[in-house]
Amino acid sequence: MSSSSEDIIVCENVSKWFGDFRALNDVSIRVKKGEVVVVCGPSGSGKSTFIRTINRLEEHQQGRIIVDGIEMSNDIRNIDAIRREVGMVFQQFNLFPHLTVLQNVTLAPVWVRKKTRKESEQRALELLERVGIVEQALKFPGQLSGGQQQRVAIARVLAMDPRIILFDEPTSALDPEMVKEVLDVMKTLASEGITMICVTHEMGFAREVADRVVFMDRGQIVEEGTPEHFFTNPHHERTKLFLSQIL
Amino acid sequence: MATEVSQSQTRAPQPGIDVPGWLRKNLFSTWYNSLISVVLLVIVVQVVTGFFQWAFTTEGWIAAASNGRLILVGRYPAAELWRPQLALALVAILLGLSGGVWRGIAQALTIGFAGMMLVLTALWTQLPPANPPAPLTTELVLVGIAALVGGAYAAGRAGGERLRWPIIVGWFLAYPTIIMILQGFGGTAVPTNLWGGLMLTMLLSVSGIVLSFPLGVLLALGRRSSLPVVKFFCVVYIELIRGVPLITVLFMAQLMLPLFLPSEVRIDAVVRAVVAVTLFSAAYLAENVRGGLQSIPKGQVEAARALGLNVVKTTLLITLPQALKAVIPVLVGQFISLFKDTSLVAIIGLLDLLGVARAINTQPEWLGFPGGVWRETFFVVAVIYWIFSFTMSRSSRQIEANLNRGAR
Ligand SMILES: Nc1ncnc2c1ncn2[C@@H]1O[C@H](COP(=O)(O)OP(=O)(O)O)[C@@H](O)[C@H]1O
Ligand SMILES: [Mg+2]
Repeated sequence: MSSSSEDIIVCENVSKWFGDFRALNDVSIRVKKGEVVVVCGPSGSGKSTFIRTINRLEEHQQGRIIVDGIEMSNDIRNIDAIRREVGMVFQQFNLFPHLTVLQNVTLAPVWVRKKTRKESEQRALELLERVGIVEQALKFPGQLSGGQQQRVAIARVLAMDPRIILFDEPTSALDPEMVKEVLDVMKTLASEGITMICVTHEMGFAREVADRVVFMDRGQIVEEGTPEHFFTNPHHERTKLFLSQIL
Repeated sequence: MATEVSQSQTRAPQPGIDVPGWLRKNLFSTWYNSLISVVLLVIVVQVVTGFFQWAFTTEGWIAAASNGRLILVGRYPAAELWRPQLALALVAILLGLSGGVWRGIAQALTIGFAGMMLVLTALWTQLPPANPPAPLTTELVLVGIAALVGGAYAAGRAGGERLRWPIIVGWFLAYPTIIMILQGFGGTAVPTNLWGGLMLTMLLSVSGIVLSFPLGVLLALGRRSSLPVVKFFCVVYIELIRGVPLITVLFMAQLMLPLFLPSEVRIDAVVRAVVAVTLFSAAYLAENVRGGLQSIPKGQVEAARALGLNVVKTTLLITLPQALKAVIPVLVGQFISLFKDTSLVAIIGLLDLLGVARAINTQPEWLGFPGGVWRETFFVVAVIYWIFSFTMSRSSRQIEANLNRGAR
C-alpha cells in the first residue's frame, strides 16, 4: 500500500479479539489531515472498539496502526506521544466530578504539557467561551446539564491542542433538546480543519459535515463513501437495511 | 436550596400532639403489644431506679475524682502538664482554622471537637479539685481549648483561601511536633512509660490512623496492581492481619519485635504498641480504600489516560482523590472502632484509659471500700469512651450529609 504524507491515521488489517470473540476483523482505513469521518453501524458492530484502538484504550492484536507518523506499539512512550495528539470525547462525558469545570480543562495542559497554571487557565477560559459555558467555569460537573457537560468535555480535549479528535456517540446520552448545542460545537470544529472521527447516528450531522461515512457491521467495514453516495446510493444490502431502520 | 424550600412547603400537615392516642396506637394496640409494653416498662423502671440508687448513694466516685490527672494523662509529671496542654492547643488552632477555611467536613469536625471539650468540662466540674492543685485547673484548660477552637475558626473565616497551604503544611507537621512536645527534644523530658490515660488512648488511635494511612493506601493500590508479586504480597498481608485479633498483633509486637532488632536497640512499650496498632489498622484501611477505588467508574481512568496522563498521575490526580473522598465516613468509623480497640493495650501493661482504671482500683486508699471502687471507676471511664465515640459518630454523620449535599 502506498502511504501518502497527507494520511494522519493509517489502519492496516487491524483485528481485535475479546477472548474468542472477534470484535474487529481486518479493518483498514486511511484518514487524511483535516478530514471528518463519520462511523455508523448497528449496536455491537465494533465502532467503539475501533476508535478506541486509535488511542490505545483498546489494544489491537493484529495489523498496524500509525497515527501522525507514530506507529502504535507496546512502547509506552509511543502510546503517550499518540495520546497527546489524539483527544477523545465519550458518550458518558467522563468529566472528573471532584474538579471544577476550569480544573477539568486545565488538568492535562498543566500535568501533561507542563504549561503554567496561569497560562492554562487563560486558555481554558477562552475555550469555555468558545463552547459557550464560560460562566460555569467555577461550578462542578455535577451541577451542569448533560449538554453543558459534554461541551466541557470538548473544551477539555481542545485544551491539549490535539491534531485528531475521536468522538464516541457524543450526543447519545443527551436529552433531545441538548443535542443541537453539542452538534453545533462539533460543526465549528469540523470547519476549522481538525481531523475528526465521529461515531454517531446523527445522520443530519453526517450529511452536513462529513467528508466520508463509514458503515461497520460485525467488526468489519462494510461500505464507505461520501455522504451523498452513502445516503442516496448504498451498494450493500446490510447498509440499506441499516439506513432504512435509522432514517 | 430552592427545592428544599418548596419541599417543606408541600409537606403534609402535622397533626397536633395527642398523648393518649399515641399511646394507644404505639404501645397498646393489641393485647400482646400491651403485654410487651408493660413488661418492658417494669424492666426499665427496675434498671433505672437501681442505677440511680447506686449512683447517688455510693461513695466510690471519690476514687475517679481524686485521680483526674491519672485518667487524663497517666503518670505524666504535674510540672510538665503544659506539654499536653500545648499539644491540645495546637490541634485546637489547626482544627478551628481548617473549619473556618474549608467549612463543610472540617467544620463538622471542629464543632464536634469543641463540643467534646465542653462536655468534658461539664463532667469535670462534677469532680472535687485536684490535690495538689495544678497551675491551671482542668476545667479552665478545657474551656480555654474550646475558646481557642472558636477563635481559630473565626480567624480561618476571615483569612479565607490564602490560609489553605499554611494549614495543610501545619497538619503535616502537627503529628511529629506533638510527639516532640510531649517527649521533650530528644525524648529527654518525659519518657513514654509515663504517658497514659486518655492522652495515651488518643495518641495510640491517632497514630494508628495517621501512620497507617500511607501504608493502607499503598496496600490498597498494591492489591489492584498488575504486578503479580506486589499483588500477592499485599493480599497475603491484608488477609493475614485481618484474620487475627488485634491482641495477638499487640503481643507479637511486644514479644517478637525485639527479636528482629539488634539487642542494643531497646524500643519502649508505647512505640511497640503504636507499631502494632499501625500494622493492624493498615490492613483494614487498605480494604476500605480498595472499596473506594472500586467504586470509581472505568470511564474516569479512560478519560485521564486519553488525555495523556500516565498511570501514576491518573492514580494521584483522578482515582485516589475520588476514592478517598468516598470513604471518609468509613474511615471515621474505623477511627472510632480503633479508638475503642486500643483499650486492649491495657492487657500488655500500658496505662491507657482502661489501664488507668484498673490501676485506680488497686490503689491502697480504696481497699477499705465495701465492694471496692471498680464499678464507679469503670463507669467514669466508660462515659469518657462514650462521649468521644458518640461525638465522633455524630460528626461522621454530619460529614456524610455534607458529602451528599456537595458537588457530584
Ligand atoms: N471489554 C470487552 N470485553 C468483551 N467483549 C467486549 C468488550 N468490549 C466490547 N465487547 C464486545 O465487542 C463488540 C463490539 O463492541 P463495541 O465496539 O462497543 O460496539 P459498538 O460501539 O459498535 O456498539 C460487542 O459485541 C461487545 O459485546
Ligand atoms: Mg459504542
